[in-house]
Amino acid sequence: MFERFWVMFIARNREFFRDRAGFGWNILFPFLLVAGFGVIFGAKEPSLYKIGVYPVSGPAPAIHHLDLPARFLHTRYLKFVGFQNLEAGMDKLRHHRIDFLVRAGQPPYPFWVSDTNPKGYLVERIFKASLVNDRDTADAVIKKQIQGRNIRYIDWLFPGILGMNMMFSALWGVGYVVVRYRKTGVLKRLMVTPLTAFEYLSAQLVSRLFIMIFSVCVVWIGCNLIFRFQVHGSYVSLFVIFLAGSLALSALGLLLASRGTSEEFVSGVLNFIAWPMMFLSEVWFSLEGAPAWVKAVARLFPLTHLLKAVRRIMNDGATLIDVGPELIILLLFAGVFLTVGAILFSWNR
Amino acid sequence: MTAILEVKHLVKQYGKNRAVDGISFAIEAGTCFGLLGPNGAGKTTTIEMIEKVIVPDGGEILYKGRPRSSGFLEEVGIQFQETELLAFLTVRETLHTFGRLYQNAMDVDEAMALCDLTEVASQQNDNISGGQRQRLWLALALINQPDLLFLDEPSTGLDPNARLDLWQVIDTIKQQGRTIVLTTHYMEEAEKLCDEIAIMHKGRIIARDTPKKLISTYFNGITVTLPVDGLTKDMEKQYTVRRKTDGHMEIETNDANACLARLMDSGVDLTDISIRTPNLEDVFIHLTGKRLSPNSGQGPDQNKKKV
Repeated sequence: MFERFWVMFIARNREFFRDRAGFGWNILFPFLLVAGFGVIFGAKEPSLYKIGVYPVSGPAPAIHHLDLPARFLHTRYLKFVGFQNLEAGMDKLRHHRIDFLVRAGQPPYPFWVSDTNPKGYLVERIFKASLVNDRDTADAVIKKQIQGRNIRYIDWLFPGILGMNMMFSALWGVGYVVVRYRKTGVLKRLMVTPLTAFEYLSAQLVSRLFIMIFSVCVVWIGCNLIFRFQVHGSYVSLFVIFLAGSLALSALGLLLASRGTSEEFVSGVLNFIAWPMMFLSEVWFSLEGAPAWVKAVARLFPLTHLLKAVRRIMNDGATLIDVGPELIILLLFAGVFLTVGAILFSWNR
Repeated sequence: MTAILEVKHLVKQYGKNRAVDGISFAIEAGTCFGLLGPNGAGKTTTIEMIEKVIVPDGGEILYKGRPRSSGFLEEVGIQFQETELLAFLTVRETLHTFGRLYQNAMDVDEAMALCDLTEVASQQNDNISGGQRQRLWLALALINQPDLLFLDEPSTGLDPNARLDLWQVIDTIKQQGRTIVLTTHYMEEAEKLCDEIAIMHKGRIIARDTPKKLISTYFNGITVTLPVDGLTKDMEKQYTVRRKTDGHMEIETNDANACLARLMDSGVDLTDISIRTPNLEDVFIHLTGKRLSPNSGQGPDQNKKKV
């Protein structure tokens, strides 16, 4: 029995590592994402709001040449974009390429914002505030610094990107491959050998675990050379959580591929699962403040629990005991997905 | 001789279509049994039920006198019509991988030598010719040294040379004493390889015997084909004559020499005449009124000899 499992495990690994294009993409994709975000967020002051100014001759005007209140011009996170006339600026504002449009010159300053753009509303408030006297604001507020450790955005984002990559790798690497093999008759050929469904499925699962952990290690080491991640917990804990997460996600892939011979259909199903999971599992943004039902749906996805645990270990130095609930949930997910997937599995239908 | 495989009243129904309609047959060990019939006759459904791929709706299948056990798949070799193989493996690795799934696997080099694959051993399994691929599938079916071998239309899609090569390999396997169940819609293949043939039509077996006996049961002697205007009325009275649509007519005769002598005496121009022996295609046409495979190019005309 182990012999048959092992030979299928080796065959699947060979397929993955010899498929140069697929293998390269699996490793390269997270690198590109992390590097891209490194460039975007690596700059000291990312521009979050774009302010159109007219009449200005060049598209990237020097701030000290603009005839606008100095306090507005020196507010952080604002990027000024020049336009020759109102029409050119209005066109960009209408298409949300800029958040706010103002005429430089002497007060009163005419400005335009889109009512449907929340960023425009905030810029309007900032603009109006910058017209208020300094002394009034200084008396009314006291600024305090955040106490304790400051978590860099990249340290928060990186586990999300790794997790997302793992999810796609598990769903497509297991689900899509199994359905393709069913469609092309490979599974039918294996069906008439002494190989059992359990041996075949466990070989697929373990092979994918091996490949995912391998990819995570390569990407982690590679990205760490560039970004120097701050890991406050133990690497052993991280490894255990990644293993449990890989297991749950691969088992989900097997479940989704348990029946069917249509690659188009399974692709649709995989997307139907993967996209909500990506958006609701806090890969890119926190669900803090989202409606309760959205958070409840998010808890149905293994990726949510995986990322929560990885971020707590990495960012807060949590131990395996601290993330015990997430670990148990991931293993439960894996157990349920595997059991149902094995019951539903068909070699040729 | 005992039957290695026995099928009794086998039935498979797909909706209103009865794909296999209560067929029964037994195959003796060491023989090559052919299921001959056109596409859609129920050949593949029949052997896939025996192979445990499809669940029958009725009937009984006995292997070595007993219902098929879990060890059945260890002892049979199976070649499907069209399946792909595990990707990114060489021919040698593919055979090695499949061999390790069995307890009693053949040596990979031996299997490659038997199926003439040694020279492509290190090529990827999807990067070989159609004939080589068919022989690889055959080698995979043989890798567990099976007692019973199923070949489902093994030469479909091959060019004549590749087909001859494959037949040679199958002949060698026959010499080793293995039992073979073969489906085909090429009468030439069935005639060349099979000891016994069951002709299937619309889910039923309509005739079953050795190829020679099947032909001799329905046809006597040879068929002479000549232009319509070449025949005298005297000759028409003496022979069974069939008019064909292409301006020719066929004469059936037990004595070719006498028939040709008469034709020459009658002053018939022999340049456009042909004679041939009846074959399984003729048997099939006789029994069903249809050809085995309209596009196979293996019809009676292929068997003609110019005189």
